[in-house]
Amino acid sequence: MKITNSTDHKHGTNMQGSGSPSGSPTAAPPALFVRDLTVAYHRKPVLWDVDLDVPAAVVAGIVGPNGAGKSTLIKAILDLVPHTSGNVEIFGRPYKEQRRIVGYVPQRESVDWTYPITALELVAMGLYRKIGWFRPVSSRYRERAREAMEQVGMADFADRQISRLSGGQQQRIFLARALVQDASMYFMDEPFAGVDAATEEAIMAILQELRAQGKTVFVVHHDLDTVRRYFDYLIMLNMRVVAAGACSEVFTEENLRRTYGGRLTLLDRAVDAIGGIKP
Amino acid sequence: MNERLLRVLTLADYNTRVVVFGVVMLGIAGGVIGVFLLLRRRALLADAVGHAALPGVAGAFIVLTAIGADARSLPLLLTGALISGLAGMGCVLLINRLTKLSEEAALGIVLSVFFGFGIALLGIIQQMRGASAAGLGSFIYGRTASMIRADALLIGFAALGIVVVAALLFKELRLYTFDQDFAAGDGWPVHGLDVLLMSLVVGVTVLGLQAVGIVLVIAVLIIPPSAARFWTDSLSKMVLISAFIGALGGYIGAAISAMAPRLPAGAVIVCVTGSMFLFSLFFGRTHGVVTLAIDELKLRRQTRLHHILRCLYECGEAVYDHGKPISIRTLRESREWGGQELKRAIRAAQKAGYLRETRERAYLLTEKGQVEAHRITRNHRLWEIYLLEHADVAASHVDQGADFIEHVLGTELVAELERSLSIEGLTPGSVHHLPAEHGVES
Repeated sequence: MKITNSTDHKHGTNMQGSGSPSGSPTAAPPALFVRDLTVAYHRKPVLWDVDLDVPAAVVAGIVGPNGAGKSTLIKAILDLVPHTSGNVEIFGRPYKEQRRIVGYVPQRESVDWTYPITALELVAMGLYRKIGWFRPVSSRYRERAREAMEQVGMADFADRQISRLSGGQQQRIFLARALVQDASMYFMDEPFAGVDAATEEAIMAILQELRAQGKTVFVVHHDLDTVRRYFDYLIMLNMRVVAAGACSEVFTEENLRRTYGGRLTLLDRAVDAIGGIKP
Repeated sequence: MNERLLRVLTLADYNTRVVVFGVVMLGIAGGVIGVFLLLRRRALLADAVGHAALPGVAGAFIVLTAIGADARSLPLLLTGALISGLAGMGCVLLINRLTKLSEEAALGIVLSVFFGFGIALLGIIQQMRGASAAGLGSFIYGRTASMIRADALLIGFAALGIVVVAALLFKELRLYTFDQDFAAGDGWPVHGLDVLLMSLVVGVTVLGLQAVGIVLVIAVLIIPPSAARFWTDSLSKMVLISAFIGALGGYIGAAISAMAPRLPAGAVIVCVTGSMFLFSLFFGRTHGVVTLAIDELKLRRQTRLHHILRCLYECGEAVYDHGKPISIRTLRESREWGGQELKRAIRAAQKAGYLRETRERAYLLTEKGQVEAHRITRNHRLWEIYLLEHADVAASHVDQGADFIEHVLGTELVAELERSLSIEGLTPGSVHHLPAEHGVES
């Protein structure tokens, strides 16, 4: 059973089949191309048949109710959770080949903030890939990390132990760590969770700057009030893609209802009926 | 006795030197690897691995006896331990990866099954003809006395190798123990690093079997880093301190064990590092219980001092005269003072030279006190306005310990706050004027 997306938009997701985007001779491949991405944890499906074609240089929001699989979508794209099926391409090439142009901001709660490390040392982690195996972090790289901290307004906190930072400050240095990765595409898992309004504005300004530099940013987001203001592309998710496209076109009441309305969606009932998917 | 102790401690004998080298290197390796194990929150894995090594030792002994080889050869016995230790670790990781069982359950299962199997093998050995299992007993509680020179050198250099690997991969281990998701997304082989760290843990465990014993070898990996955490917030310092504690524990443990061969070395080493842990728990410079209590006490004293100075300043303000002594009754009425608080505060302020008693139970700020009281009052009021006007961002900036608001907020913001005050003329939520930036109002 397949719920087709009735919303019409420029970057359509209704293209069937799992062919490569390069098959289309008309334009450059989309920044992010996903086909048939399905993830299941212990037989319980979390994401079903996700198809995405996202253009470059957008700030894209990923919204949906709790348990919709927003984080899982990011993790599946980044190969952090095993997927049952699916094909992910970044700028027309398989993800595995494009790892170095992808940056990641995990959920803030995913790490132990009592870990013995300073803010600057944490930010420098984003440079490890460039530094390479075995080599220590030289002063040149520390300087680069310091610049990124300045960029997120955290220059004064470089030597502070991370447990002594507020939630908003922790989120800022997570962002700084991603910035030094110098990626072309970023995936951010709830960068606004538990941060104050000023930090949210500051982070948003940086994301817009990234977009201006031609970078593509994906943001898992919760606050529907700010969706229209923050994002130019939107992915509405509830175990599958309910709608995806230019924010102004897909952020409609109809789509919201289909994403959030009545937790017992058609899909849930279908899952209950067959008692989970067979592996 | 004393002479002997001196000979042991000063490493006068070549043999003692070698044994101490082995055990100290083991302590260093345990201290270093333990830091990462602890931060990876896998501390008890070392316990499972230690116990899982027993069937390996016993199995190797049986095989060696059966083929008529030297069944006492430490390298061969440890090879057996290494194999079954790695197998035990593999089982834990596999159970975790493939099932929904909790990690503790996996550890418990592996630990008990492997250890039980090992004990059963020891029973078989005792019934074997021509085999003496006497030497194997030392693997359970550890005995340095049975250590020959070649053994100690083997342990020492293998431990050195483990430390070198950890030093080379310091940055990678830090990344992987702190944030596995980010590391994996960044393209680092997280599973590989996982297996590597656990293999290093197995390595230390196996090397520690003879000196410390199966039951207590976990102490070498867990106690030194736990103690080190009380002294620092820096990973590199934590590694150094942990290695030092491990080395010292090994040194003292080996020395005592060399003098009293009946004392199991493992027990001695654990007691020594255990007491260092206890000391760190109380007196560790960054997180020790006593250190924290002293900080708390200092803060409370400082707050009390600030209260009395601000109180005097505001009482002076209320009567438009900072040169008039304030009676203790006025002070008591001007704010809530619990129990002996006011008297203590006055005493503390007098001692610091901030105020003097002009006549019976009436007080006046000294010149030094005026300056200090002015600064405290001004900061206090700026904070009040800041909290009112910027409540949404305040949480991330407010640091009660900040003596100079400018350091926390930056001079620009302070200037802006002062401007907003001068427009209103009053501080919101307070009827008092903000003291001028320079000098003291009269």
